[in-house]
Parts: sequence; C-alpha cells; structure tokens
Amino acid sequence: MSDSDILVEVRDLKVHFPIRRGVLFDRTVGHVKAVDGVDLSIPRGKTYGLVGESGCGKSTLGRALLQLTPPTDGEVSFDGVELTKLAPGKLRSMRRRMQMIFQDPMSSLDPRQNVESILTEGLQTHGIGADRNERRKIIGETLDAVGLPRWALSRYPHEFSGGQRQRIGIARAVVLGPELIVADEPVSALDVSIQAQVVNLLDELQDSLGLTYLVIAHDLAVVRHISDTVGVMYLGALVEEAPSDRLYTEPLHPYTRALMSAVPVPDPDVEDRRERILLAGDLPSPANPPSGCRFHTRCPWAQPTRCADERPALRDIGGSRVACHWAEQIASGELRPHKVSVQIVRPEGEGETPGVVSAPSEPGSYV
Amino acid sequence: MALLEVDDLSVTFARRGQRTVNAVDGVSFSVDAGEVVGLVGESGCGKSVTSLAIMGLLPKQPGLRVGGKAVFDGTDLLQLDDRSRRDIRGRDIAMIFQDPLSSLNPVIPIGLQVTEVLARHRGMKGEAAAKEAAALLDRVGIPDPKRRLKEYPHQLSGGMRQRALIAMAVACQPRLLIADEPTTALDVTIQAQILELLKELVRDSGTALVMITHDLGVVAGMCDTINVLYAGRVVETARRRPLFREPRHPYTVGLLGSVPRLDAGRGERLIPIPGSVRDVLPWPDGCAFAPRCARRIDECVGEPPELVLAHDGRSYRCVNPAPVPGSVPPAAKLGPDAPAAPADPATAPADRATAPAAPADSATAPADPATAPTQVPAPREEESA
Amino acid sequence: MTITTGKKREKIDRLGELAAVRDDEQGVSLWREAFRRLRRNPAAIAGAVILALFLLVAIVGPFFAPHPADAQLWKGEVRLGDFPGPRAENWFGTDHIGRDEFSRMIVGARQTLLVGVISTLIGLAVGSFIGGVAGAAAGLGGRWGRSLDNVLMRFVDMLLAMPSLLLAISIAAILGAGLTTVMIAVGVVSVPVFARLLRGSMIAQANSDYVLAATSLGVKKPKIALTHVVPNSLAPVIVQATLTLATAIIEAAALSFLGLGNNDASIPEWGVMLADAQQYLDTAPRLAILPALAIIITALGFTLLGEAMREALDPKLRK
Repeated sequence: MSDSDILVEVRDLKVHFPIRRGVLFDRTVGHVKAVDGVDLSIPRGKTYGLVGESGCGKSTLGRALLQLTPPTDGEVSFDGVELTKLAPGKLRSMRRRMQMIFQDPMSSLDPRQNVESILTEGLQTHGIGADRNERRKIIGETLDAVGLPRWALSRYPHEFSGGQRQRIGIARAVVLGPELIVADEPVSALDVSIQAQVVNLLDELQDSLGLTYLVIAHDLAVVRHISDTVGVMYLGALVEEAPSDRLYTEPLHPYTRALMSAVPVPDPDVEDRRERILLAGDLPSPANPPSGCRFHTRCPWAQPTRCADERPALRDIGGSRVACHWAEQIASGELRPHKVSVQIVRPEGEGETPGVVSAPSEPGSYV
Repeated sequence: MALLEVDDLSVTFARRGQRTVNAVDGVSFSVDAGEVVGLVGESGCGKSVTSLAIMGLLPKQPGLRVGGKAVFDGTDLLQLDDRSRRDIRGRDIAMIFQDPLSSLNPVIPIGLQVTEVLARHRGMKGEAAAKEAAALLDRVGIPDPKRRLKEYPHQLSGGMRQRALIAMAVACQPRLLIADEPTTALDVTIQAQILELLKELVRDSGTALVMITHDLGVVAGMCDTINVLYAGRVVETARRRPLFREPRHPYTVGLLGSVPRLDAGRGERLIPIPGSVRDVLPWPDGCAFAPRCARRIDECVGEPPELVLAHDGRSYRCVNPAPVPGSVPPAAKLGPDAPAAPADPATAPADRATAPAAPADSATAPADPATAPTQVPAPREEESA
Repeated sequence: MTITTGKKREKIDRLGELAAVRDDEQGVSLWREAFRRLRRNPAAIAGAVILALFLLVAIVGPFFAPHPADAQLWKGEVRLGDFPGPRAENWFGTDHIGRDEFSRMIVGARQTLLVGVISTLIGLAVGSFIGGVAGAAAGLGGRWGRSLDNVLMRFVDMLLAMPSLLLAISIAAILGAGLTTVMIAVGVVSVPVFARLLRGSMIAQANSDYVLAATSLGVKKPKIALTHVVPNSLAPVIVQATLTLATAIIEAAALSFLGLGNNDASIPEWGVMLADAQQYLDTAPRLAILPALAIIITALGFTLLGEAMREALDPKLRK
C-alpha cells in the first residue's frame, strides 16, 4: 500500500487529563492517561474499527484525532496536513473534510433547532451553496441519501424516533461532503432492530460517497461487521491491530482473546461450545496504570519475567500488530493460561471513606 | 406445576390529558422450578414493567391498573397485600436490577445492607449475620469479603457492585430470581463474569431465574426457555435451540437477522426490521408487529392473532409464521443466517429430528413448497432503508 | 396474492395513515410544545387569570378609580380609633386620614407591579450579564476563561453573602428612602440567583454533545455560545424570573413596610399601605388585611405560573 492511500495517520498520540483538587487554587495531583501513545493509520475509503471497554480511551482518541480534545503530545496528519499545529482558522475550514457521528442522537442534536437549521448550519459555516435554494437542494439530496422524508425539514429532533434521530446526525455529518467520519458508538444507544438499519446505512454511504470511517464501539460484533481493520485498546494504548477477519480467526493478544470469548453470540451451539476466558477483576484506573504491560494484572498468561516491568511495543506478527512479549509462545500453545487472583480496583477518586468523588473530566468516556 | 405462572398480565398507565399506555398487554409465561427463562425484547416491549408488576414494585400512582394473574407457588402475587408481598419479596423471590449503583443505598456500608436482608428474612443477628454476609460476598466472588463489608457502594467498581447486589438477592436462597438487564451497564468482560456467576448460582442452588434482556446473545447462552416480547405481549415462546434454529414469528426472525454476529464475515449484509418500535398497531386491531412485518398478509389486520401451539411447548402468535428453514427454499432467505452457521455435528441430528414435525403441527405454515411463495407478500414499500 | 376484502383494505389503509405524516404539517418547536402543555395545566390557567386581572387593574385602574387616591375627602368623619367602614361610596371604607381605601388599592396596583417588574428586570439584566459572561468563559473559554469565571463568581458570592435588608438600608443611606431605593435593593439581591442559574445552565449546555457537534462542524465559539448555548440555557432563567417577580413584590412590600420605601403620600403602594395600617390593627384590621391579601394573591399568581412553566419546560417530563 503506497503512502498516498493513507488518509489519516496518528503518531504517538497522547491525551492526558490533569486531575485537579483544591477549593480556591487548582492543584494538579496527577494525570489520567486517557490515551497514552497510540500509532495508527487509516487508508482512504476503508474502515478502521476501534474496540475496547469503557475507560480505555477510545472515545478520547476519536476526539483527539479530530482536535476536539487537544492532544497532549503526538501528531495527527490528515491527508498530509499536520492537524495538531494548524492555526485555529485553518483547522475550522479543515473540519468540513472530517466529521463526527455521536452515540446519543438525542443529546447530540440541539433540541431547539429544526432539521433544516441543523443541516444548514454546517453549510453556512463553510460557505457551501450560493443561496438558499442551492442549499435546499444539497440538503434534499442528503435527506434522500440517509433515508429521511422531506417533511422532516421543518421538524424538531424530539419528534423523531431514535433511529431517525441518528439518521439526522449522520445527515449533518454527510451534508458537508467529508472524507473522514469518526463514528463514536453510532448504534449502541439504539434498539436492536434499528441498529441494523443504521449499520447498513453507514455501509451504503461508504460505498456511494467513498467515505473513510473510524468506528469506535464497545461491541466487538458491530466493529467486526463494519471494519476492515480493527484496533483493540486497553488502558489508553493499542494492544492489537489486525484485519478484522484475521482478528477473529487468530487473536494474538491475551486481552483480545478474552474480549472475543466474552462476547455473547446469538447461537446456542456456539455458546455451548465456547471456552470462556474469564478475566479476573476490573479495568485498573487509568490515573494509575500498572507498570510494564498494562494488562499483566489480569492476564492469564502473564509471566514472571518482562510482563511486569517492560512495556511491550506493537510488533508485526504475520499481518497483525500485537503488543505482547509472549504472543508467539501463547499462539503456539507453549504457554498455558493460569489462574489470576483478583485485585480490587476502586472507581476514580478512591478513598476509604465516602467523600466527594472528583471524576476526571473526560467527556463521554463512561460508555 | 410451574413455580411461577403469569397469566394474561396487563399493566396500563392512564394519565389525565394523555393517551392511556398499555405497557403490558396480556403477557403469559411460566417458570418451572430451577428453570432459566428469558424475556427478550426491545425498549418499550414491557419486559421490565412485567417484572416490576410481578414483584409489586410499580410506583403507586393514580391511573395505574394491573390485571391478570401471577401465581407463585399457589398464591396470586397480584392479590396480596403489601405486607405479605414484602415477606415473599427477598425471601422467596429476589430481584437484580440493571444499575447496581442506584439499587444500593449510597450512605450505608455494603455489609449493613446485606445483614439487613439476613436480619429481616432469616432472623440472623450480630456476629452470625456478619459472618454469613462475608460468606455470601465470598460466594459471589468478591475478594477480601471481610473488608468489603465495611465499604460503601461508591468504593466498589460496577462489576463488584453488581456482585454485591447478587449476594443480597441470593442471601435467603430464594426460589426465584428475577434479573432485569443485569449486565447491560457493564463491559463485556465483566458481563461474562456476571453471567458465569449467575449460571453457577442457578446450577448450585436450583434457583429458578427469569432473565430480562434485549441481548439475544445473552439468552442464547443461558436460558432454557425464551419468551420474545413485542409491544407488551409475548409473541413467541420456545426452548432455546428451536428458537434460534427455527424462529417462527417474523419479529424473532427479524431480530436475529439484524444482530451483527461476531462469527460472521466482514460486510455480510444485515437484514433490518423496517420502521421503528413506535409503528405499532394496537393489539385489538390486529398484530402489533404488522406495520413492520415483511410477511404481513390481510389476515394480520382486523383481530389479534391467536396463539398457535406447536410441539415441545412451543408457541407463537402469528397467522403467517416464517417457514421452517430448509423446508421451503424460496422463503428460506427470509430467515436469519443462524442456521447457515456451522452446526455442531453432535447436536445437529437432534434438531433435524424435530424439524419435520413443525409444519405438521402448525396449520398455517406453508407445508407445500409449491404454494409457499405465493403466500409470501412483498415487503412494504415504505421506509425499508 | 389473495384478494383483499373491502373492510380489511380499509383497516390497512388506516394503518398506513397512522404511520405516514402529512407533508404540510409543520414541526412543533420546544417552546410551542411547552406552551401547549402550559395551556393544559389548571394551575397555569389560574395563575394567568390572576395576573391578567392584576395587569388590567394596574394599567387601566387609575382611570376608573371612583375617587382621587390622595384626596382626604372624608377627613371630617375620621375620629381616633374609628374610621368610616365599607359603605356605598367607599367600598373598602376610608383610611386613617379619610382617603378612599378602594381607590388607593386600585392605584396602588400599578406601583406594586412597577416595583416588582423593574426590580426583577434589574436583577435579570445584571445577573444574566454576569452569569452569561461567566458561563461562556467557563464553558468555552479555556484556561483564561476559567480565571475570568472565577473572578466573576467570587464577586457574585460576595453579593450573595450580603443580607438584603442590610443592602437596602445601605442603599437608602446613599440615595435616601424611596421607590428607586427599593427597586435597586430588591434587584441587586436577586442578581446572584440569576447569575448562578444562567452560568450553571450554560456550563451544562456547553458540555453537551450538540455543542461538540457544532464545534466539529467548524462553527466559531462566539456563534456557538449565542445560537446553541444561550437559547438552551434560558428556560430555567425565565421560570426563575417569574418566581422572582413574586418574591420581589413581597420584598418590596417588606422594605416599604420598614419605611425605606415610597414616602410620597400622593402615590399609594400596597407595602406602604400595609405599613401605615399597623397602628390601627385593632380598630380597622381591614386596612392591613386588604393590601396584604392583594400582595399574597398577586405573588400566588406569579408563583403558580412560574411553577407551571417550570413543569412545562422541563425536558425530563417530556415524552
């Protein structure tokens, strides 16, 4: 694959949120390392899926990529343009080319705007369409593309069902004619029967408009369904990245294996046959991540050497990128899983007595 | 006899100036002792209201009407006064909710909340109660239980809170446990832990479990019998394998077709159900699912579809059910991709044995392949994207 | 395909109608929907009727008052401890210096309304300005904005810490007793309420997804603040303004009662009338009861309407 095919390239991206305490003067007492050194690249016209559990930093990564949350460090290059160093005005005009779809279609639409005004806002901002009629034409075509009727224009978000609202959100992103769309949990707030409608719509739009997607979701099945490449995140970093079919047939990282084995499949035969790799305990706090490999506290394959003191880098193993010291030995069956004792993990703002719990300001990460 | 027999349960909310809402509209199902029964449906199908009505936990408000019967071990729960219902609740029937944080009292230590249940229903006090509470927490897999007893709910993670809640629910060895979306708020790996724990508890103690969820994957792995709800009514009841292998009600078919599967390939098209849950027909006017149904025929509208009883305790409420896959080739593509998945050779023969019997039992099923295609109407033209 | 019978066809058609919406139907905005809910609420109707009457009296009352409000027409009939009671020419009797009580009540309505509205407007304007700037700075302004917000809110805290009576007395010491003093004092007291309310509401809105969505569209921050954040933050402020009108009237009456209010005898005001009546409580309690009732009913009207508006605008109650 040549370099010109890469639309988005992220290098060593870090987003650290300061934890502030204090009544009068804010004192920074630590950092939540929501994203801590992520490299990834998305080829034009393809879909990159990002999975992970809540608090792994996948949403923050998506926002940092779009510069909606300022990255602490690292580079994001979009079609050759370095976004992190772009002047605010230039960045704003770049936004036309990269859009976002949100999880909750209700809260991501201004309740006091009707659909026409929602869709016009972006067009006006970027000066697309010479006059009202031309804009109406563009909007009309977009409505057709996302499967909304024309009478939707004069209506307000609260008058639609969840699935239709998500279509409005998609229309808002698509109407600008973007190249990249970051979809943050696009279907997880929707009913099961509606999820498929939206997933299919995203597929259709990609085919007809040549869109590039970054799909962020906690649902491995959804991500696998729509992604060409899947990245698995754990505590702010990628632990494995592979083509989606390969990830399913040959998961290499212990966390991917555990995640895969935990997803329920609506098929009794598969369910009865499956061997569950049950992970012990909970996700450690991103404010105080474990040393070495971040997964070693819960890893059934953790070894006494290296795992606890050396942070594994992503390395290529037969087409996948894996951050595990022992991936080959685990794949060959040389290493066997063992029992892991549970380490108690406290929610953010740990303390022995009840008090004010100050959660880090990481919007939308508690999915 | 069944442990819990819910018969024609209905719950209506009437509010002045607003349309009366039939949250539950004639739900019937039964739970045998030690059985795991699933209630599956999307938001607004009445699955949670059903469980709250059985438990007598619906908020008392004017305009609320609960009808029908819910017979637990010979007594109709809906006829009981508050006092005796409270006695049954917690001792014989316990419930686990979706959000463990809001179901636990935030200002009381976990230990006290567990011992409270023990004191109320088992008359345990002091040291004995504390010891039993620690044993319970240990049993549900909470590490270092003695210390945890002194802690407050906010000090525990979501998974641990749900475990604590389960510990409280099983404290009195109830004969029936109702779990309302117990894992929806949790991550997949934690969900797997909790589901495993629930399975273990059911296996070890013989408690019957009613599992309320929207996730077909969860019921596939757990439930013996599954009831699919739509618009406040059970539309299909079946044992777990037949349901996933040969779903008969078009809604079940649609649900299975619209869930992306982890073991399906990239880009495999999903078959969504058109429209939204808002597009319902009131049951008295016909099948509530008719407006969204790909198999709708004229008989669907006019009067509510009768419950069709098939073999093996199976039933569905449909006048034009999906044919058994394999028997009618042209219509088979309407079915989910589930049967196309690699079948376990060990279980396949057993299922094949039941398959031919199905069309014979259901009179409306197109048994003859030649006539079948004519009965399949074209899907509605409106909103099918 | 089987042939459809007529009746069935009809039912299926009706089903289609249920799902389809006619094109000419317009969308219903949140404001309009809130207004619809308001109209269905009996408390809102009651409040609105009371306020309409009050407004009517305040506007046209002075032209229809049977007698001049400040003329001591029945001075001759006033004796110590015995004033003319209600009778055909003086419906509510006369006060201690022989003025027609009914006329004074009617004319006083305008003053009372004026005090309530102007003091609330002062509070609303100043409070919303401070709160709006602080909210916009805190929600969208980054690090520099947080500092500005901090300074403004500490100032508001100072205001909040000051007892209203003390404030009024200090203002009176500077400006002298009078209606202006009362209005400023009552207005200033309500500044922190509006400032905090608007700020809090704006910060909540600034963190919402649709603001993020607008940012990702490339809309400039000042425009986001004006087109998205402020309109969505106004509902609680409007409700609060209605409720504040009620307390402002009561507070103004209290200040007048203490002698800080209007000392111009020619312009009657309910609070002053109440204050004047206290000496004659045992002989002519009606002189105190009537203005007190009027104040209470008016305040009730504003409260009823305000509470009903709160309910109507509450997004949680919407289906």
